[in-house]
Amino acid sequence: MYNPNPIPWHQDESLVTYFEKTGVSRRKFLKFCADMSVMLGVTSLATPRIVNALAALRRPSVVWLSLQECTGCVESVLRSAEPTIGDLLLDIISLDFQENLMAAAGFAAEKALQDAMTLNKGNYILIVTGSIPTKESGVYTMIGGRTAEVILREAAAGAAHVIAVGACAHWGNVQAARPNPTGAVGVRDIITDKPVVNIAGCPPIADVVTATVVHMLTFGKVPDLDREGRPKFAYGAKIHDQCERRGHYDAGQFIERWDDEAARQGYCLYHMGCKGPETFSPCPIVKWNSATSWPIGAGHGCIGCTEPHFWDTMTPFYTRLPNAVGIPVERTADILGGVLTVGALAGIAAHATFTGISRTRTRRELPILEESRRPPPDGPPL
Amino acid sequence: MARTRVVVDPITRIEGHLRIEVQADDGRITNAWASATQFRGLELVLKGRDPRDAWAFAQRICGVCTVVHAVASLRAVEDALDIQIPAQANLIRNLMVGMQYIHDHVVHFYHLHALDWVDVVSALKADPVAAEKIAQGISTWPNNNAARFREVQARVKTFVASGQLGIFTNGYWGHPAYKLPPEVNLMAVSHYLEALDWQRDVARLHAIFGGKNPHPNFIVGGMASAINLDARATINAGRLSEVAGMIQRAQDFVERVYWPDLVAIAGFYKDWGAIGGGTGNFLTYGDIPKTKGGSDFYFPRGVVLNRDLTKVHPFDQAGVTEEIHSAWYEYSGGSDKALHPWEGETKASYTGPPAPWTYLQDEKKYTWMKAPRYNGKPMEVGPLARMLVGYASGHKEIKEMVAQTLSTLKVGPEALFSTLGRTAARGMESVLWARLMQGWYDDLVARIKGGDTSTHNGEKWEPSTWPQEAKGFGFMEAPRGALGHWVRIKDGKIENYQAVVPSTWNCSPRDKDGVMGPYEAALVDNHPLADPARPLEILRTIHSFDPCLACGVHILDASGNTLMKVTVQ
Repeated sequence: MYNPNPIPWHQDESLVTYFEKTGVSRRKFLKFCADMSVMLGVTSLATPRIVNALAALRRPSVVWLSLQECTGCVESVLRSAEPTIGDLLLDIISLDFQENLMAAAGFAAEKALQDAMTLNKGNYILIVTGSIPTKESGVYTMIGGRTAEVILREAAAGAAHVIAVGACAHWGNVQAARPNPTGAVGVRDIITDKPVVNIAGCPPIADVVTATVVHMLTFGKVPDLDREGRPKFAYGAKIHDQCERRGHYDAGQFIERWDDEAARQGYCLYHMGCKGPETFSPCPIVKWNSATSWPIGAGHGCIGCTEPHFWDTMTPFYTRLPNAVGIPVERTADILGGVLTVGALAGIAAHATFTGISRTRTRRELPILEESRRPPPDGPPL
Repeated sequence: MARTRVVVDPITRIEGHLRIEVQADDGRITNAWASATQFRGLELVLKGRDPRDAWAFAQRICGVCTVVHAVASLRAVEDALDIQIPAQANLIRNLMVGMQYIHDHVVHFYHLHALDWVDVVSALKADPVAAEKIAQGISTWPNNNAARFREVQARVKTFVASGQLGIFTNGYWGHPAYKLPPEVNLMAVSHYLEALDWQRDVARLHAIFGGKNPHPNFIVGGMASAINLDARATINAGRLSEVAGMIQRAQDFVERVYWPDLVAIAGFYKDWGAIGGGTGNFLTYGDIPKTKGGSDFYFPRGVVLNRDLTKVHPFDQAGVTEEIHSAWYEYSGGSDKALHPWEGETKASYTGPPAPWTYLQDEKKYTWMKAPRYNGKPMEVGPLARMLVGYASGHKEIKEMVAQTLSTLKVGPEALFSTLGRTAARGMESVLWARLMQGWYDDLVARIKGGDTSTHNGEKWEPSTWPQEAKGFGFMEAPRGALGHWVRIKDGKIENYQAVVPSTWNCSPRDKDGVMGPYEAALVDNHPLADPARPLEILRTIHSFDPCLACGVHILDASGNTLMKVTVQ
C-alpha cells in the first residue's frame, strides 16, 4: 500500500501530528493498530493505547545485525503483510543498519552503524539474526575484520531492547546441530545482562517480529516471555491445540502414507511425524505469507522449528512421536519445560509426560542426539 | 596518484559476509582480493542423519536460494535410492523453482543492485509528467503515470525531510558515476517500492505448495501437497486459480516492469559493457530436462572458453578440482594440490591475523572460499553463463533474446562479457523462465483433468526398501549458477554429504598458479574507481554476480575420506 497524498514529516513533529495531516494514512494507521491488538492478543480496548504510544514517537531506530546465518529471517521479514515492508521501512521504524538492504557499504556502512548507536544510545532496538561462532576465537564469522561476538557485544551495550530473530540467534540452530563444527551459540549465551526476546522459528513469521516491536514501543517493556524467551502472545499455545486438522486427530483419522486417500482429505499428519504436539508456535493462527497457508495446511507435518535445538531433538522428522493423548491447551511451555528438566535429571521421564516420553525415546534410539537443551551440543574439533 | 589500498567490508546488499580489497592507481583498479569471512560447516552436520531429512538441512544453506538447495538435495537422495517422482510432483517442483528464479532476480535487480545505478536523492528533482512520458515510452505498465510518480516522489520527500534516512543513510548519492536523469531515477524508485509489494505476493506460490516461504517443505519421492478437487485440503481449484494469478502477475511484472527498466537503465550505462568482464570462461550444468532423465536440457549444458562463442565444449565433471592455496584449509598432500571433489578434503585451518585486523591482501591465505577449477581454469557460473552457453549452442529462444537485446542497446556481442552483460543476462532469463512457468501450469491442470493427481511415489519411502549402500548426485542450475549436491547413504543414514555451489565458483580466490577467481578478475578488467572513499563502481561489478556467500562456503569431507563416485543422470 502506498501512502497517498503525504505531507512532509518534520523532524520535530510527532507521528500523530504527521498522520493527522494525512487523512487516509490516519485510517490506515488505526487499522494497523487494531490489527496489532489482535496479533498481541489484547482486547480492542487497548487499541487507543497502541495508537497513542505509536503516534507520540519519531520513528524508532532499529539496528539489525546479520551474523552467522542464511538470511532466511531477513527474507521472511521482507514478506511482512501488515505492515508491509515498504511501510515498515518508510513510516514505522528507522532501519539504520541492515546489511542486506542498506545503500551504503564498507566504511560508509560501518559509519551508519556507529552513528546509529551513538545518536540513539540507550534507545535503539537491536535485532540480531544468526548465531555467534565461538571456536577458534570466533574466526568463523568476521565482518570488517572484527568477530561476530565483538560486534554483538558493542551493539548490545547501548540497546534498549535486544530481539533475537530466528532459531540461529537464540539457539545456534542448524550450524549448532551436532557436532556444532564452529561452536555456534545464541545471543543470550553472549549477552547476559539484559533480557533477550526470542522470536523463534526457522525462519519466524514476519508478522510476529513486527508485533513484538510494536508491543515494545506501545507498552514500553518486553512482552511476557516463556522460559525459552518467546513472547507468550505468540508462542503461548501448541500447534496441536490450534491445528485446523485437530478434529481428525481426535476422530482417529490419520494419514498413513504420503498422498493416500487420507492425505487427499486433509487428515491428521501425526503418524507422518508431525511435531505439532510438541511445538509452541502461532503458525496455525497467523499462518504464512499473508495468511496464504502454513506447513500443515499444505500437507506436510510440522518440523518443530520454534523449539530448542530442533535439528537434534525433533529429528528424524518423519518418525512418529510416541502414542499419547494430547496435553491440554492450558499447559504452557513453562510447565512442560519444567517437567522435562525434572524428568531428564531423574532419568525416568518415560511416564512423566508426553514430551518427556518423546525426548527419552529420541535419546535412546538416536545416539547422535544430545541430552541437554542448552548450551548447544559441542562436537569434536574440525 | 599513489597506489591506494581500498577495503569494502561489509559488501552490503548481498547474502552473507563478503569482503573485497583492491589496489587502485590513478582511478583504475590494479589488483583485487575477494574474501569470504563466514564458515558454517553444514555438511558435517548432515552426517549420520536420515536421508529423508537431508533436504531440510541442505535448504538452510541459504534462505535466499530457499528452494534450490532443497531440490538439489532431493534429486541427490532420489538418485541414490532410484526413486522416480510422479510427473505432477515434478511440475509442482518446477513451478516452485521457476518462481524462485523470478522472485530472486527481481529482488536482486531492484533491492540489491538498483541502488548502484539509481540515485534516490536525484529522484526528488524529477518532473513527474516528464517521468510519465519516459515510462510510457518503454512500457504499458498502468502505474507508469504522473499521479503515481508524484505520490512516490512526495513520499520520498517526506522520508528525507524526516531526517531519518534509515537504509538510505550514507548512500553514495550524487556520485559522478550516477548517470540517470532525475525522471528515470524517479521511475526506478517507484518500481523499487512496487517490487517490494510484488515479491510478497508471488512468493505465496511457495506457501501454497510448501506451506511457507522462506524454507517451504518438500518430501523425498514427490510433494506433500496432495491434489483433490473435491476437498478443502491442499490443492484444489481455488488454490490452482491463486497459482495461476501469481504466475500471471509474475510474468506481467517481468515483461512490463523489470525487463523494460533494465533495458532503459542499461542505455545510460553502455560504458559498463566494456568493464568488469573477468575470466571469460563460462560453465553450465544445464537444467530442465526435455525428456525424463535425459541430458537434453532447455538450458543447455556446456563450457565456453576465452569468450569464444563459436564453440561450446562438453562438460565432464572429471575435470573439476578444488584448490586451497589461498583458502584457510589444509590438504594432507600439501596446500598446492588440486583435488577432485571425490577425493576432496576439508580441514579448516585459519592462518589469518588475529581479529581485529585491517588488511588481508598481504596474506597468502585470505578466505574461507576454496578455488574450484575446471580443467585447471576458473569458471564463471550464473545467468550470463547460461545465456552464453545457450547462445553459442544455437538455442532458439536464447539467441533471439540476446540478439534483440544487443540490437536494442546498439552494442555488439562483446558487450556481453561485462558487468552490464551479467546484469542484462539475469533479466533475459527471467523473461524466459516466466514463459516456461505458464507451460508447466497448463500441463499440471491438463493432467489433473485427465485424472492424474498423484504427487508422491512411496515405493522407496521406508528405509527397509533401500540398499545397504547407495550414492547419488543431484544437480541443477540455481539462479546464481551451477549447483551440485552429492550424497552417500549407508545403513539407512547419510554417510557423506557434499555441496558444490555457484558462489564457490564465482567468489573463488587465487589458485596455486596465482590465477584469480571471477570476482577478482572482473574487478581488474578495465575497471574504474573514481573515489576510493565511495567505492560505488566496486559494488556494481560485485553485485552483478549476485553473491550468495552462505551458499559458497561449505566443506567437503572433514575426515579426508574419499567421496563416492557418482553417475550423472
